[in-house]
Amino acid sequence: MRGSCHPKNTRDRAVCMTNCPTLIVTVGLPARGKTYISKKLTRYLNWIGVPTKEFNVGQYRRECLKIYKSFEFFRPDNEEGLKIRRQCATSALNDVRQYLSVEGGQVAVFDATNTTRERRGTIVKFAEQNGFKVFFVESVCEDPDVIAQNIVQVKLGSPDYLHCNSEEAIEDFMKRIKCYESSYQPLDEVLDRDLSYIKIMDVGRRYLVNRVVDHIQSRIVYYLMNIHITPRSIYLCRHGESDLNIKGRIGGDSGLSARGKEFAKHLRKFIQEQNIKDLKVWTSQMKRTIQTAECLGVPYEQWKSLNEIDAGVCEEMMYEEIQEHYPLEFALRDQDKYRYRYPKGESYEDLVQRLEPVIMELERQENILVICHQAVMRCLLAYFLDKTADELPYLNCPLHTVLKLTPVAYGCKVESVYLGVDSVNTHRDRPENVNVQRSTEDALQTVPAHF
Amino acid sequence: MPRELTQNRIQKIWVPTKDDRRRAAGAPNFANPPTVIVMVGLPARGKTYMSKKLTRYLNWIGMPTKVFNVGEYRREAVKNYSSYDFFKPDNEYAVKIRQQCALAALRDVKSYLKDEGGQVAVFDATNTTRERRDMILKFGSENSFKVFFIESVCDDPNVIASNIMEVKVSCPDYRDCNKTEAMLDFHRRIECYKTSYQPLDPDQHDRDLSFIKVIDVGRRFLVNRIQDHIQSKIVYYLMNIHVQPRTIYLCRHGESTDNLEGRLGGDSGLSPRGKQFSAALARFVEEQQLKNLKVWTSQLCRSIQTAEHLGVPYEQWKALNEIDAGLCEEMTYDEVKEKFPEEFALRDEDKYYYRYPAGESYQDLVQRVEPVIMELERQENVLVICHQAVMRCLLAYFLDKSADEMPYLKCPLHTVLKLTPVAYGCKVESISLNVEAVNTHRDRPEEVKRGPGTLIRRNSVTPLTSPESNIKKPRIDDLDEAPIQELPPSVASLALCSPSHLPLALAGQDLRRSSSGCHDFLQPCQ
Repeated sequence: MRGSCHPKNTRDRAVCMTNCPTLIVTVGLPARGKTYISKKLTRYLNWIGVPTKEFNVGQYRRECLKIYKSFEFFRPDNEEGLKIRRQCATSALNDVRQYLSVEGGQVAVFDATNTTRERRGTIVKFAEQNGFKVFFVESVCEDPDVIAQNIVQVKLGSPDYLHCNSEEAIEDFMKRIKCYESSYQPLDEVLDRDLSYIKIMDVGRRYLVNRVVDHIQSRIVYYLMNIHITPRSIYLCRHGESDLNIKGRIGGDSGLSARGKEFAKHLRKFIQEQNIKDLKVWTSQMKRTIQTAECLGVPYEQWKSLNEIDAGVCEEMMYEEIQEHYPLEFALRDQDKYRYRYPKGESYEDLVQRLEPVIMELERQENILVICHQAVMRCLLAYFLDKTADELPYLNCPLHTVLKLTPVAYGCKVESVYLGVDSVNTHRDRPENVNVQRSTEDALQTVPAHF
Repeated sequence: MPRELTQNRIQKIWVPTKDDRRRAAGAPNFANPPTVIVMVGLPARGKTYMSKKLTRYLNWIGMPTKVFNVGEYRREAVKNYSSYDFFKPDNEYAVKIRQQCALAALRDVKSYLKDEGGQVAVFDATNTTRERRDMILKFGSENSFKVFFIESVCDDPNVIASNIMEVKVSCPDYRDCNKTEAMLDFHRRIECYKTSYQPLDPDQHDRDLSFIKVIDVGRRFLVNRIQDHIQSKIVYYLMNIHVQPRTIYLCRHGESTDNLEGRLGGDSGLSPRGKQFSAALARFVEEQQLKNLKVWTSQLCRSIQTAEHLGVPYEQWKALNEIDAGLCEEMTYDEVKEKFPEEFALRDEDKYYYRYPAGESYQDLVQRVEPVIMELERQENVLVICHQAVMRCLLAYFLDKSADEMPYLKCPLHTVLKLTPVAYGCKVESISLNVEAVNTHRDRPEEVKRGPGTLIRRNSVTPLTSPESNIKKPRIDDLDEAPIQELPPSVASLALCSPSHLPLALAGQDLRRSSSGCHDFLQPCQ
């Protein structure tokens, strides 16, 4: 998670994944999905706890140039243009160095066309000088439909084309691509045989992987090979209200309350109305999610990994009881809710590790409904919406509400649908006073009402 | 009306009441329909190595998988191998036999996947021609099997020579030869295939097939059209394994204070003897003189304390924590028997699937520990300091033990297991560091009636030992085998011939000499 990594203290991390920082370098003509891949990969790496940042050279250019006139800027014979572009790349690399060597970053994604061997050679030299490993991600695609779609999805709305209509923008952009084509030197089997890279062809139909040298590169390759861009929707919701929910108790394995069962019926109706093609349904192995799924009348699959966070010694307690028996623990949790691990239980940080295979499989899937739990849903949501470790444990995931996530452009559109069945509120905000000496009243300030 | 739910007593999984006898999976089943993995490549390119390793991995994660090695079928049909002449492309007679062997193997594949609950079949042969591969594709399509090709391409003469020395020279074909002769013959055998070899062509002819091309022992990979989850996992696995010589050391933490009291689980520290063991372990590690040894521990105190004694950096994995005994944590077995007598009995009935109430099962452990295995495959020299149940899981992976055996593998305290990959398997040395400790091993109770049978179920996550080959080991006196169906009558009779009758002693070198024992594959230690 962004902000979740203690600098350089390997003992705190489950596994130290990188010995030296890694510089990921995208390669490819414009509109080949480089920025899409950069952003998605960055989001994934941060979520699993590897501090990652992207550096988009186009943005540096927009800073420098303020106003984009036309594709002419990118012509290979435009000396002035070339000079500015080179400066921007250098400036971005300086920031990369700052991020990786000084600010504790572990991976930097250098997002630019990097289409010439010369440019890549410069980057490799830069990395060697600074002790960074380099991994190239090249996207090769000649399908005109895919390219056209990319342009419509993300280029038309770019700041470069604020003042153009769609047709003008598309025409200019196609000419821009042409400027790069003549000098494009794709990664070559022979000439680049000593480099570490993955070549993605035709949006994932084929991959060429060369010299993966360490764990993080292996994980990156695995991730890139599992993502796709087929339109689909992910529905996230919690189980219906449970008997323990009503009593204000956390954890446990209780069944649905009457209102929870009502919700399940409403969920069934909602799903039918959505008219979703080939919807998969996943639940945890806890009774309340399974009962909810049972109501849908469709096949579902159980994942133990989707079980709620294990509250260890605090299982089935009310917050009031936790404050009574474990006031110190209760305060520590408020101080650092992401990293705090219940005694003999789990932390959000543990949850993320547990859920990673679920995320990987979610990436492979298409239309899917995940019926899970509050803390689990927060983790999944944080992945899709790129939330930090600090934000994650306080994301709002109320009962009886379905979140519909639809990938769009570089991110994810979220629609929140409340299914109209009352329930208790289980969301506990961070209280003002997190000091271990605080009064009981202060500690229980934000505990939601319960029966 | 939603169905009533029951929590099945052994796995603690909520299932519709009428279904509660069925063994449920710990995670969704991703393997419908069945998959045929087809190896492709010249001899000595590591096809059988990859086949066996992949099979071992898939079985361990609960995907019933079996290897069908066509060479074995050939050895069964042709009792004595005479020379490379058998593989000459113009040897019509032999070509026919080899074709029939491939068909026989495919028939067994079909039976395994359709009738025996198999999920993945690995068809291990050269499959170097398009014609052969088309035949297999047709077979797959007729039976609704997915087909995934794994091609191994390598032209490094050192690697090839090394492969031949490791696994070919000692194979049954060459039991009557010395190493030099075997090496020479095998090289000629490879030549027989080269002229007709049509590698997978991703650009044109084979662009619609699903495959991975492994180039130069993993330096480079070409991956084409992955269709599903299992192919994605297979690719990931193949990209993480390597053939560098290295050693894996597995041991438990030193004896803990909980161990002394006979308590399960918990997070206690080392007993005095446990500390002694840790010191002994430090000395042992030093004596081994290993290059770049990584040390991994769990996040439980006893394992970390043990590592601390080594005075070298170590990494903690929560995934290596001991099995969670849930409500039974920190109880002695007697206390468990007293407080939860039914649970106690259930566990003995089916120890692999049994999940402690609010705890874990061995089946859960396998899922939890899988990323550790993946990373172990990437690593070189590693020492893993873990716990009894966890160590059993890891050991079952390396030694290809089934779900049934796993919970009863012997992993005593104060003993280091040294695993060295060799040929197609793993050599194990057990080294006791001579520090006394309590015994924490509970054998399978005799009087316990065995639980639901160990049938292979399609949807269960059950590690299986990689099944034995269909081909029975050749026995000189057994002349009663039914002929392989569909073999032309002349060839069928061949299978019934006694070894002295050898129509296939062809022109060319006759390599027979005085026989010594067969196959020296190093067998894993028990």
